[in-house]
Amino acid sequence: MHSEMGGEFMFGSEAKKTPESDIVMTSRVRMARNINEYPFPVRMDYDQSIFIINKIKEIIFNKENNSSKDFLYFDLQKLNNIEKLVLVEKHLISKELTDNRRLSAAIISKDEKVSIMINEEDHLRIQAMFPGMQLDEAFDLCNKTDDIISEKVEYAYDENIGYLTSCPTNVGTGIRVSVMLHLPAITMSGYLKGILEACGKIGVTVRGLYGENTEALGNMFQVSNQVTLGQSEEEIVYNIKNITKQITNQEIALRDDLYKQNTFMFEDKIFRSLGIIKNARVLTSEESYKLLSDVRLGIDMGIIKDIDIKTVNELTEVIKPGSLQVLLPNSTGQLERDVGRAEIIRKKLNKTKE
Amino acid sequence: MMCEKCKERIASVHFTQVVNNKKVEMHLCKQCAKEKGHLNFGSTIDVNDFLKGIFGIGGGSPYYNPGHVKMVCEKCGMSYDEFQKVGKFGCSKCYEMYGDGLKPLLKRLHGSIEHHGKTPKLMAETHSISKEIDRLKAQLQQAIEKEEYEKAAEIRDKIKSLE
Repeated sequence: MHSEMGGEFMFGSEAKKTPESDIVMTSRVRMARNINEYPFPVRMDYDQSIFIINKIKEIIFNKENNSSKDFLYFDLQKLNNIEKLVLVEKHLISKELTDNRRLSAAIISKDEKVSIMINEEDHLRIQAMFPGMQLDEAFDLCNKTDDIISEKVEYAYDENIGYLTSCPTNVGTGIRVSVMLHLPAITMSGYLKGILEACGKIGVTVRGLYGENTEALGNMFQVSNQVTLGQSEEEIVYNIKNITKQITNQEIALRDDLYKQNTFMFEDKIFRSLGIIKNARVLTSEESYKLLSDVRLGIDMGIIKDIDIKTVNELTEVIKPGSLQVLLPNSTGQLERDVGRAEIIRKKLNKTKE
Repeated sequence: MMCEKCKERIASVHFTQVVNNKKVEMHLCKQCAKEKGHLNFGSTIDVNDFLKGIFGIGGGSPYYNPGHVKMVCEKCGMSYDEFQKVGKFGCSKCYEMYGDGLKPLLKRLHGSIEHHGKTPKLMAETHSISKEIDRLKAQLQQAIEKEEYEKAAEIRDKIKSLE
């Protein structure tokens, strides 16, 4: 893969430290777009697929585009499985884009903030992703990238129902606004169900998983808008910001409550997890995520003082199956990988201590 | 929270979706979710089930004109049957073909049938012209109602120049 790629860890890395930034891991906005007069990817032939890819490449890498040097091109047909998996785990491309039945490509900015998927479910999926709570910044960047393209090519658009997308669930603005939240206290205290219900009533989807077929992460939830037609982009961003604020406040209050009510038990739980993760010799990804969630909570609450949150962010990324295979190219079996994972975590966490 | 299906393990997969105040909610453990296929959260899989529910496969949907069943898009060749199977349109012409027949579906999905967001750059000009024409036509109607025929003639000329 390109050595120019960021390599910096997106997870919460550069966001300002606030109570909210402890809880909001990433902010993401994506827009679904199609080129007018061309069938959608589900009905496209070879030549049409190539045309769309070349057209977008031309627009982004044109000298007229000031940001052309900031982007890298990926031909999905030329990437191996591990490279694809790493891009999926970093949320730079979707699982669907890796479907081999289609000719597809991705144009990704070197800082990994912008990613343009070509020939996914729609011709274009333009995404901007920022660490922490930065939905306005993500929307702004996504919008600008969309403008650059829409100046040069005509989109499939209807005056009444907006941007036309392959799936009618995306029609209208074609926008999906989402945040990834770490909600251990809400999960622990059983308030989750209430939150899921409340979100459901206002057209907001909450998923207790990564949105794209990858593994579940410890206490990580994705909150996103479900409705794309009838509201403006700004309204949709505002709604998600609002609901995020409410969930975040509840999480903060519950963390304090739980800690005050049962300080010893709370600290005991955190330090037990820390003890296990620092010493375990075999760790499945599932267990690692669970333990890392406790360690993250401990750092957020000031209970664990000798580990930097950056270390936890890095570990959360490197123990994902694809990234792990890059680090441990020779381990083939499940057990070997679990041993390798435990070793990577152990070394990293015990280093911080010195 | 316990898994709703096996009631033995802790629920770790939570899923809610709402269509016009009707909520589908599930709290499952990983194993049960896997069995039910809910661990594959790829939007296509879910959305298709979701659309099938809306179109009422097998039962004939009250929201859809059965006349559409035989329709095939002249541009991309996507048939109604196929659309129902994959839950995706083949091209922008498909939207035109179903026309008003789509409105109940959009209403159910989004609670609205009218776009209020962004306009693409390359379209923006023609879009604003047609909006302007609509505006002038409304003015023309008003002028005629008020019997201000001179003004009406002016407006009519403006509309002609734009069309």
